[in-house]
Amino acid sequence: MEALMNWLEAQLADNSIFTLQTLGYYGEGLVTTVQLVFLSLIIGLVLAVPLAIGRGSRHAWLRLPIFFYCYVFRGTPLLVQLYLIYYGVVFVEGIQDTWLWLILEKPFVPALIAFTLNTAAYTTEIFRGAIKSTPRGEIEAARAYGMSWGLMMRRIVLPSAFRRALPAYGNEVIFMLHASAIASVVTIMDLTGAARFVYARFYAPFDAFLFVAAIYLCLTFAIIYFFRHLEKRLLAHLKPASG
Amino acid sequence: MIDLHGYGPRLFEGALITIELAVLSLILAILLGLATASAKMSRHWWLHRLGTLYTTIIRGVPDLVLMMLLFFGGQIGINMFTDWLYYQFDVDIFINVNEFVAGVVTIGLIFGAYMGETFRGAFLAVDSGQIEAGRAYGMSHWLVFRRIRFPQMMRHALPGLSNNWMVLLKTTALVSVIGLSDMVRVASEASKATREPFTFMIIVAAIYLLIASVSEWGFARLQKRYDIGYGEAN
Amino acid sequence: MADTPIPLEVRNIKKRFGDTEVLKGLSLQAHKGDVITLIGASGSGKSTFLRCMNLLEQPDEGELIVHGEPIRFKETKHGREPADWKQVVGMRAKLSMVFQSFNLWAHMTLLENVIEAPVHVLGKSKQEATDHARELLARVGLAERADYYPAQLSGGQQQRGAIARALAMDPEVMLFDEPTSALDPELVGDVLKVMRDLAEEGRTMIVVTHEMAFARDVSTQVIYLHQGQVEEAGPPDQVLGNPRSERLKQFLAPKH
Repeated sequence: MEALMNWLEAQLADNSIFTLQTLGYYGEGLVTTVQLVFLSLIIGLVLAVPLAIGRGSRHAWLRLPIFFYCYVFRGTPLLVQLYLIYYGVVFVEGIQDTWLWLILEKPFVPALIAFTLNTAAYTTEIFRGAIKSTPRGEIEAARAYGMSWGLMMRRIVLPSAFRRALPAYGNEVIFMLHASAIASVVTIMDLTGAARFVYARFYAPFDAFLFVAAIYLCLTFAIIYFFRHLEKRLLAHLKPASG
Repeated sequence: MIDLHGYGPRLFEGALITIELAVLSLILAILLGLATASAKMSRHWWLHRLGTLYTTIIRGVPDLVLMMLLFFGGQIGINMFTDWLYYQFDVDIFINVNEFVAGVVTIGLIFGAYMGETFRGAFLAVDSGQIEAGRAYGMSHWLVFRRIRFPQMMRHALPGLSNNWMVLLKTTALVSVIGLSDMVRVASEASKATREPFTFMIIVAAIYLLIASVSEWGFARLQKRYDIGYGEAN
Repeated sequence: MADTPIPLEVRNIKKRFGDTEVLKGLSLQAHKGDVITLIGASGSGKSTFLRCMNLLEQPDEGELIVHGEPIRFKETKHGREPADWKQVVGMRAKLSMVFQSFNLWAHMTLLENVIEAPVHVLGKSKQEATDHARELLARVGLAERADYYPAQLSGGQQQRGAIARALAMDPEVMLFDEPTSALDPELVGDVLKVMRDLAEEGRTMIVVTHEMAFARDVSTQVIYLHQGQVEEAGPPDQVLGNPRSERLKQFLAPKH
C-alpha cells in the first residue's frame, strides 16, 4: 500500500491539478454517485412492481392515480422534481426544530427521494409494457391449470415480464447514472460535484470535466456489459437451439 | 388567484426561452442526426468510425457534464483561439460564449447522437426495392433521396423523433445550471426569495406537461400524414 | 357405475358474443373412459364450447358439473360470473387442457413447465413432481429434451411436452383444443400417436379436431356442431360412416 501510494505520488509529481487530494475528491464523489444511484434504483424497483400491476387494474380508483403519477414524473424534468422536494423540505415551517431535520438537513435524502420517485415512474411504465406483452396463450394455460391470480402473477407473468423488461431497464439504469449528475446542483459532492469543485479551484475545465466524463464513460460501459451478460443468461430461452 | 410575487412576467419570459432553446436545439439535432446517420451508413470506414465514436461518447457521458465542458471549456478554447489570432495576425476580436448559444450547441450536439440512431434505423427500414424503382425511372441520387427515401424514412423515424423531442424538452432544464434564465432558473430564484417553492415549481411542471401534451398531439397528426398509404396494417 | 360421479357433465350451455349467439344450448356427458370428438366447420362454435367447459369463456347460461359438483354462478352487472373463484380453480385443476398453440411457458424449461402446476397448484413435493414429470416426458418421447426451453423445440415436440404437462395433473378429463392444427403435416403423426395411446389406456378425453381418421378410430362419441347447435351425434360408425344430414355429408366429403 505504502509503495503504491509513493508510486502514485511520483506519477503525479509534476501535475498541479491531479494531486492525491483532488483524486480523493473524485473518489469520494464516485462513492456518493454510486450510493445515490444504486439506492434510488433499488427502492424504485421495489415500488415499481406493485405500481405496474396496479397500473393495469380494472379499478379506475387504483389505475388512474398511478397513471397520473407516472405521467407527471415522466413528463417533467428531474431537476424540477429535485428542486421541488429539496426546497420543499428546506422551507417547511418549523422542520429545523424536529428530529427529521437530522436526516433531511443533508441534501442527500431529498435527492434520494426525488431520484427514487423519478425512476419508479419510468420503471413502472417499463414493467407495465412488459406485463401487457405477456403472450395470451401463456396466461390462458396458467388459468386452465388452476392457478389463482396471485400465483399466476408470481410464477408466470412477472418472471417472464422481468426478462422482457431487461433491455429497457438497462437503459433506465444508464439514464439514472447520467441524471444523477444534477445532484451536484443541490451541493451534493457526487462525481460531477467533485469535477465542479476542481474546475472552480484551478479554473481548468478541460482537465476537470474530461476526467469525470471518462469515469462516467467507464461506468456506463460497465453497466452495459453487466446487462448484456444478464440478458445472455436470462433471455437464453427465447433463442432457438443452435444446431 | 395565485400570488406570484411579481415573478409572473419573468416566468413567462423564461418559458419562452425554454421553448426557443428547445426548438433551435431540435433543428440542430436533426441536422446533426441526418449527418451522423449518413456517416454511419457510409462506405468510408473512417466516416463510420467517426459516427460511432461520436454517438458512443455522447451517450456515455451525462448531459450536464457535457454542457459544463462545452460552456466553461468553450470560453477558454475560444479565448485561446482569439489570442492566437492576435499574436499571429494581429487581429483583435473578443468572442463571449453566450449561455443561450452554448445551450443550443450542447443540447443539439447531445441529441444529434440520439437522432443519428433514430434516422439510421429508419433509413434501413425503407425497402430497397423502393429505391431501385426510383433509380429505374431515371431519378438522380438526390431526387431519390428527396422524393422517396426521405418521406418513407420519416414514417419510421417519427416515433423515435417524438420520443427524442420529449427527452430534449426536459433536458433544457439543465441550462439553468449554467446561468441561463429559463423558466426553471426563474422558478428556482423565486422559490428561494419567496420561500414558496411549491407555487413556482408546480407552475413550471405544469408548463412542461402542457408543452409535452401539445407536441404529442402534433406528432400524432404528423404520423397520420406520413402513414398515408399504409392503411391499418401497422 | 351409479356410485362414481360422472367426471364432466355440461347442460344447455349458451354463449353470445355481442349480438351473435355462438352456442345455442349444448349439452354433453363425459363418462369415465369416454373419448368425445367435437367436429365441425370453423365458426361452428366447437372451440368456444370446449373453452366454456373450464370457464376460459364464461357461458351466459347452462350448468357445469365436475365430478358431481355443480359450479355455482352469480349474476353481476358484467353478466354471469362464477360465484366462487376458488371452486373454479379447483375445478380447472381436474380438467387439464392442451392448446392449439401449445402455450408452454416460455421462460421455463420443459421439465419446469411440467412440474409447475403440480407443485404450485396441487401442492406436490418438488421431488415427487420431478420424478413423475421425467416418466411422463419419457412416455411422450422427450426424455432428453427435459432441460430445453420451448423455443428450442419443434412444434411437435412442444405439443407432446404440453400433453405431458396436462398428464402431470392426473386430470379427470383432458381437453384438447385442435392440438394438431398448428403443426407441420409431418409432425402431426407423433402427436396423434401419443393421443391414441392415452385413449387406449382409458383416459377421459374431449377433443376438438379436424383429424377425421383419429375421430373414426379412437372416439366413443362424435358430435358434429353447426352454428352453435348439435347437428348429429353418436358413435363414430354412425355419424362418420353413415351421416344423415346433407351438411355433414358435405363436410365429410373429400376436399379437392
